[in-house]
This record gives sequence, structure tokens and C-alpha cells, in this order.
Amino acid sequence: MSVLLIAEHNNSNLKVFTLNAIGAASKIDADIHVLVAGNNCENVAKEASAVPVVKKVLHSESPNYENYLAENLTPLIVRLAENYTHIISSANTFGKNFMPRVAALLDTSQISDIIKINSSDTFTRPIYAGNAFATVKSNDKKKCITIRPTSFDPALTSGGSSPIEKVEAADIPNVSKFIKREETKSERPELGTARVVISGGRGLQSKENFKLINAIADKLNGAVGASRAAVDAGYISNDHQVGQTGKVVVPDLYIAVGISGAIQHLAGMKESKVIVAINKDSEAPIFGIADYGLEADLFEALPQLLEELNKLNTTQK
Amino acid sequence: MKILVAVKRVIDYNVQIRVKEDGSGVHTDNVKMTTNPPDDNAIEEAVKIKESGKIKEVVVVTIGEEKAQETVRKALAVGADRGIHIKTDSYVEPLGVAKILKKIVEKEKPDLVFMGKQAIDDDCNQTGQMLAAMLGWSQGTFVSKIELKDKVMEIIREVDEGLETIEVNLPAVVTCDLRLNEPRYASLPNIMKAKKKPIEQLIAKDFGVDISNRISQLKVEEPPKRKGGVKVTSVVELVSKLKNEAKVI
Repeated sequence: MSVLLIAEHNNSNLKVFTLNAIGAASKIDADIHVLVAGNNCENVAKEASAVPVVKKVLHSESPNYENYLAENLTPLIVRLAENYTHIISSANTFGKNFMPRVAALLDTSQISDIIKINSSDTFTRPIYAGNAFATVKSNDKKKCITIRPTSFDPALTSGGSSPIEKVEAADIPNVSKFIKREETKSERPELGTARVVISGGRGLQSKENFKLINAIADKLNGAVGASRAAVDAGYISNDHQVGQTGKVVVPDLYIAVGISGAIQHLAGMKESKVIVAINKDSEAPIFGIADYGLEADLFEALPQLLEELNKLNTTQK
Repeated sequence: MKILVAVKRVIDYNVQIRVKEDGSGVHTDNVKMTTNPPDDNAIEEAVKIKESGKIKEVVVVTIGEEKAQETVRKALAVGADRGIHIKTDSYVEPLGVAKILKKIVEKEKPDLVFMGKQAIDDDCNQTGQMLAAMLGWSQGTFVSKIELKDKVMEIIREVDEGLETIEVNLPAVVTCDLRLNEPRYASLPNIMKAKKKPIEQLIAKDFGVDISNRISQLKVEEPPKRKGGVKVTSVVELVSKLKNEAKVI
């Protein structure tokens, strides 16, 4: 057995969820090889090589890999897959995009978004927006798996020095072209890995009112999330959406403000360690899963909350 | 030009899922079923493009039991031209679904295939990408905007970092996000008209492709329940509890 792990990166650094994927892979088999395919991504290959549990880094350079178009990455992964029993990546928009292409060409039934590894062929994954957990056994010889990053501890990043092997780029089908990426720039921690997340919903009523959320996020060094309703209404951009079809977050503290708690939203945050709900509707389902519920008008509660946090006068790390 | 839209019948998104006591799955008897929500966006987008005059025909296809026809009929009522129902009584994995859809694509020769980005029952998020790979086509996944040009299509995708714009050659597979559009409701006259639109019925096992399941479902169970918490009466109390009890601030 051996694992081919597909690294996500920005051609300069590994993305943090790759470390979670490596952490998960190390529970399947000790023989983990990491593919770093990109454009001028030598530093990423070095970072992967420094991860102690990684046995080998496969480094492939091509301008075609710069923006990780699924159509371009797939031929390379399929070619390399011959030598491996498990092909693994993270279940975010990176892994979800290319892994099914790889699985289809290998004639393998992919197992998506696993949260637990029971053995090298048996895994647990959420279905129905996390309202049920299915334990499934793959009967395919090769297994294509995406892992839910927040369900696995990240691998250590230093101490290793595995060999870096150059692998030739594969031919690409030339059917798609990257044009641009509009990234939301923020000084705040990333939503997927933040220790504190404060999310706003429809109750915020406007884009401007999200400044109340932002102020508390800044005070707690947290990330800002949102319900689908808030994103649909244009209060905040899509990359903040938490839920079944958005991001899954597992912070130490999740504060849901003006969010009723549709099951699709709960799917993205109910594993958080401590959940706070602030809502003026006493019947809101979010109170059913919140550790601390405050029935209040958010426009009064949020400024007060900021004031109280300021009184604590501690800097959050 | 022609667009093929693939739709799936799923448990309605508002239904509280109940896991069967014997661990074999979830209860589906007498449970409200509906079209997978992002599949509705796929239908809407195809119909809008047809209304703009850029394509001639919208064909809608589903794979599933007899009642899955309802999802096809619903698509016909909002503007699709004709339907194909591929009948099977057993669960088909995304890999098998993609293989059947490939056969339909070879027969229908559409320029585009649309479907939802993920089905809200098995949450796999695979079928569109698998179909694109099998056909050797380009793909646009998690799409929130489409601009159809001559022989190419510009697509905006919702990705973790924000928005990504790509250009794909036709033919292509597009998996639709919920923000792509606002699906319309069918009017009564259109529902009546849809009854006369043709639905071709085919049998899944007649396609001569291997749709056997590769994954055994060993058990389905309820996730651990979160313990109900407490209500606090003021912000001061909340902050005090977070600091002294939960110790998270």
C-alpha cells in the first residue's frame, strides 16, 4: 500500500488543509508521497519535504499547473496513480474539483469528504448535511478519497527531509483557460482554521451592519462567517459562507448572530466546541444546539458585547 | 445548440432526516421528495439561455425509480422541451450515473450539460466532474455566473478564496451553485402544457455499462447529539460564562 497525496498550494506555500490531508493519510499508510504540481513551486516542494511523515515528494513543473485547472492536473495524477493504492486530497473546492475526474478515469468510485478512517478501506462520512453518518467500505482496488480537513489534525511541518523527485509534466487537453481569481483580502485569520468565528445571518439586514460583526471578530482575533441567506442577500461575499454547500468550520468558539439555524447552516458549524447564539426569535432552531443562547436584539447586543470584551482588556491570540 | 440538464430526486431540504433503527439508511417512506435544489438552478439557467435565443432545445434527464419522473415533469413545466427518464430501482453511485449520462450524451449530442454541483442527499459532489472526464470535456464547477460566447463560455466559479473566472471550450459540463440564478415557479397553464411534453423512458440496465456499486454501505447512524445549552439573560452574563465557564475568551 502507498498513498499519493495531492498538495494544494499557491506556488509559494503549501495550503494548510494539505497538512490535515497528510495527517489523515498517515492513518491509512506510512508510505505517503506528496505530489506538488505547479509553476515555479520549488519552495512548496521543500515545504512538503520538511513534513516528517512524508516519505517522498514528487515535484512537477509546468505553466499549465499554475492555476490548478482540473482538466490540466488530471492526466498527471492519473499517470502517477498506477503506483499507488490511495489517492487523497482535501475536500475543499480544490480537491472537489479534480478528484472525481481522476476517479472516473481510474474507474473508481470516489469516497468524498470523510471524517473518520476506520481501516484502509473503510471510512465514515456525513450524508444529508451531516444529519446522518454513513460508514462505507470501498471495494475498488484503488481508492480516491477526499478528506474533511477540520476532522483531522494537521501533520507537523518541520523536522523531515524526504527526497524530492522531479516528475515530468503530462500533456494537457487544452480545453480550459484560467482568467482571474478575485480573492477576498483580509487581515483576519482564515475562516476554515480560525479559533474564533463570528457569523452573521439575514438578521443583520444590510452589508453595512456587518461592521458590528467585524468589530467583534477583530476584538477576538476571529474570522467572519455568514449564513447562505446573508450571502444571497449580498451582505457579504461567498467565501464567508458556512454550511452544507459552503465551508465547514470547527472553531473553539462560534458565535451565530441573527442566524435562525437552518439544517444546511448547522451542517457547517455544529462541531464547534462552544456555540453562542444571539437571536431575537426565541423559537430559532439555533438555540437548540447553542451552549449559550442570548435572546436579544442584535443591534443592542453586539455593541454591548464589544464593550464588555473591551473591559476584559485582554488581547486574544 | 442543445443543453442537457441532469436532475435528481431527493428528500426535500426542509425535511428532518430520520435514521432507520437498523442502521440500513434513512426513512424515505411518506417523506416529501423534491428536485435537488441546485438542479433547479441548472434547469433555470438552461431555460434562460434558450429564451435568449442562443440555444434551440433543453432536454432534461433523470435516473431513478418510477416517481423520479416527477422531477422531469417539473422541469418541463418551467420550460424544458422534453424529458428522458432512466429507470432503476436501486441506488446508483455517481460513477455509474456518469457512465449512463455519457451514453445519453453520445446519443443526444448536446453542446452543454448542466447539473447541480452536489446532491443534498449523499453530498458526493462528483457526477459532473466524472462525466466531463469520461467525455474528455472541460468543466466548470460551483458556477455562479455563465456567459455563453461563440464556441467558448466564460464562467465564474465560487471557490474557497473567493471568485474564479475561467474560460472553457464547448462542449462542456457545468455544475451549478445556488447563487447562479433564482429558479422560477411553474405557472398553472405551463404545468398543464408540460403534461403533453414527451418523456422517453429507458431502463438503466439496458445501457450495457457497468453500474454495479463499488462501495458497500456498512451502516448509517445518527451523529452524536449536541447537548442543549443554557439561555443567558444578558451580554454581561454571556461574557462572564465564556470567560469563566467555557474559558474560550
